[in-house]
Amino acid sequence: MINRIVVGAHYGLKDWIIQRATAVVMAFYSIFIVAVFLALGPADFEVWRSIFANGPVKFFTFLFALSLFYHAWIGVRDLWMDYIKPVSVRLTLHVLTILALTGYTAWIAAILWRL
Amino acid sequence: MSELRIRKRPKYLDLFSIMFSLPLPGVLSIFHRVSGVGLFLVLAPLLWLFQASVTSPESFECFVRVAAHPVTKLLFAGLIWAFLHHFCAGIRFLFIDLDVGVDLAAARRSAAIVFGVSLTLTALICWRVLL
Ligand code: HEM
Repeated sequence: MINRIVVGAHYGLKDWIIQRATAVVMAFYSIFIVAVFLALGPADFEVWRSIFANGPVKFFTFLFALSLFYHAWIGVRDLWMDYIKPVSVRLTLHVLTILALTGYTAWIAAILWRL
Repeated sequence: MSELRIRKRPKYLDLFSIMFSLPLPGVLSIFHRVSGVGLFLVLAPLLWLFQASVTSPESFECFVRVAAHPVTKLLFAGLIWAFLHHFCAGIRFLFIDLDVGVDLAAARRSAAIVFGVSLTLTALICWRVLL
């Protein structure tokens, strides 16, 4: 028998929506960037670099990365919540995940804006 | 605070015996989770590779050498599958969230389509890009 307590707060609904919104952003970007690759054909360094040095592509690549990191945060956090029972271990993993993803955000910004 | 009584149902959570008798949508779902985690775990190496590929002609050379290594290619093959499975299965989940294709027959059919499309694309991309 499962007795579920129903409360008014919609815990998690916002994250659920964000995970889906970011999924849609990533899906569109993936199709877009693959189309660019196919249109340009095999690329040497200059061509490859110029794809991401292009203003709009840089902007959308960064948006893709932000979506990815937020999406991954929600997904991986759900995973820790599902499988890791001891609170101390779980919270440690939450913090490490946030730190990693925050670092990646700075890193991808640095890569793109040096181009 | 009100209580919602959900209908009595057996609680049976023996992972290992469930795992080997999952219907196709269940296999799709667990692979969606596995592929998501796999992608998460390789984000740092992928960022490093991306940085190498765009930064300078010298780092690009280094990127090409690493990418041409057979072990890297094997890992890439796995990643390409993980991304395509996660992508196709994710889009299927989005449709189901929108109440499209929820009934059992449709869900089984779309699961089969996801496996068909993602595995075919994986084979195609591995053949065209990695070989
Ligand atoms: C076009 C790209 C993508 C789409 C359409 C997509 C779609 C989705 C959807 C709809 C979910 C929710 C599934 C559910 O709650 O049942 C999800 C979960 C997840 N995604 Fe993605 N995703 C994409 C890319 C990625 C990438 C690149 C990563 C890598 C970090 C990732 C990591 C995850 C993780 C870890 C979960 C949680 C898995 C789970 O709870 O079972 N996703 N994805």
